[in-house]
Amino acid sequence: MKLHQLSLFLENKPGQLTEPCRLLAHEGINIRTLALADTERFGILRMIVSDWQKAAAVLNQAGYIANATEVVAVEVADHPGGLAEILEVLENSGVNIEYMYAFTFGRNDRAVLIFRFDKPDEAITRLQAKGINVVESVEVYNRIEA
Amino acid sequence: MNGAWDGHASGFHPASAPDFVPAAQMRHLQLHRLRSIVERAYSKVALYRERLDARGVTPDDIHTLEDIVRLPFTVKADLRDTYPFGMFASPMQDVVRLHASSGTTGKPIVVAYTQEDLDVWSTSMVRTMASCGVGRGDVLQNAYGYGLFTGGLGAHYGAEALGATVIPISGGNTERQIMVLRDFQVTAICCTPSYFVHLLERALEMGLDLRGSSLRVGMFGAEPWTDSMRRHIESMSGIKAYDIYGLSEITGPGVGSECCCQQGLHIFEDYFYPEIINPETGEPVPEGEEGELVLTTLAKRAMPMLRYRTRDITAFIPEPCGCGRTVRRIRRISRRSDDMFIIRGVNVFPSQIESALLAAEGTLPHYQIILTREKGLDQVEVQVEVTPEVFSDKIGGLERLNNKLVHAIEQTLGIRVVVRLVAPHTIQRSEGKAKRVIDKRTL
Repeated sequence: MKLHQLSLFLENKPGQLTEPCRLLAHEGINIRTLALADTERFGILRMIVSDWQKAAAVLNQAGYIANATEVVAVEVADHPGGLAEILEVLENSGVNIEYMYAFTFGRNDRAVLIFRFDKPDEAITRLQAKGINVVESVEVYNRIEA
Repeated sequence: MNGAWDGHASGFHPASAPDFVPAAQMRHLQLHRLRSIVERAYSKVALYRERLDARGVTPDDIHTLEDIVRLPFTVKADLRDTYPFGMFASPMQDVVRLHASSGTTGKPIVVAYTQEDLDVWSTSMVRTMASCGVGRGDVLQNAYGYGLFTGGLGAHYGAEALGATVIPISGGNTERQIMVLRDFQVTAICCTPSYFVHLLERALEMGLDLRGSSLRVGMFGAEPWTDSMRRHIESMSGIKAYDIYGLSEITGPGVGSECCCQQGLHIFEDYFYPEIINPETGEPVPEGEEGELVLTTLAKRAMPMLRYRTRDITAFIPEPCGCGRTVRRIRRISRRSDDMFIIRGVNVFPSQIESALLAAEGTLPHYQIILTREKGLDQVEVQVEVTPEVFSDKIGGLERLNNKLVHAIEQTLGIRVVVRLVAPHTIQRSEGKAKRVIDKRTL
């Protein structure tokens, strides 16, 4: 139900993104989506990759700090109000969204968003109760797509 | 010194006998040696003769140990100014070894040894290692650099004289160090404390927890380190970490060492006469007060040092030591007067910043202090490497960490500095002495 996201510490200076991407490419690991959060001085690269355990090992071996975090991928209707529907489900639930970003792929009229919840299990229960599709695995999702 | 000697059990070695003689006897020996070293320095080294003459002092004026204050100080610059051989008191025919500093801050300094000097040096290293509980049967990984630096060969000859098994691995090549440490069942190691922290870290990355290894003793010196760093090393590695002290100008490692009590360092004062002075006035400080350590070599033949200013800040510990040694003890040196930098009128030592980081993070991160001057104003930036333990995938988490470090340093120093979190392995690791401060100010 939950996906593993890798978070990488980067300094905020030119060229910092290239090396980790090259390392993953070299190992044949695909980056399914990524988001960059940054401040003036440093940034956090958040990624969903095809093989997170291997990716974490490769990055750690190269001296990066790559922590795995559990996130939730939620299917959202790709029309006005699609995201609001989901947020309404979580309103007053005590579940907090730490951050979120979009997936690079979707299906027809559906988009997929990644959420980092403070209480992921409770969020999943509430979303599913309202018939909202929580994507189980990126790979499975892609296979259906194909 | 027979085959059945067991250094671990007692921490005593026959060569350690002078460490236990009554103070009165020690003073008697010191005075005798002081008179003869001043005589030697005066008659053989032009610089000493000129300085004593200028003060109207002759070797015959030394009647008591207190008379030592009549002698002029010697400083590092004297060694540079007389580069390379100007301070030698022995002809080259009698000199069997030369060592030199790296010369990173200008001309190197050269130090010389006669065979007698090497014997004294080995003996003081035997006393150092015995006092750290190392003896025959121990396997010592000597990770001090071999070469012009005195650390490698000093520890090497001492360990051989002690009867320990020496692995002369020298500094660097951390992965090989870890392999040797594990495969050769190493029980004792010597290197700089910062290098050992690096080695520990690398061993963990390679999946080796030193707490389960045969290693039980570390003898660390050649740079100032703190008690909190000792606790960190001891808890991470399960060893006993001892502070040892020395400097090339005096002999190299072996000037002083901690004992099993780990409460200050005993100075092998039958060879190295210690004084503690106020660095501003040059006057001796009252017993027990902090000041700069000044050393006079009492037995050195090739290059006697009279009242050499070490720049190391310490204090005598007047209370008797639990180990039974009677030679004087100094507090461990956590700072050097020339490490100190003044920022916005505040005296700052890198060790204070280190303690603040340790307190805030619970572990010792790699850090470096960068001093710059912008529009005439001094700026301090403390770069701290992010570790897996403190990393967060949330910006807020990292900003909180950043603020916590700023706050901890402000609490300690009383001034606000900029903290910059940097990626792991971006601060250069040293295989010798750690370079903590980069001063980019052009004054």
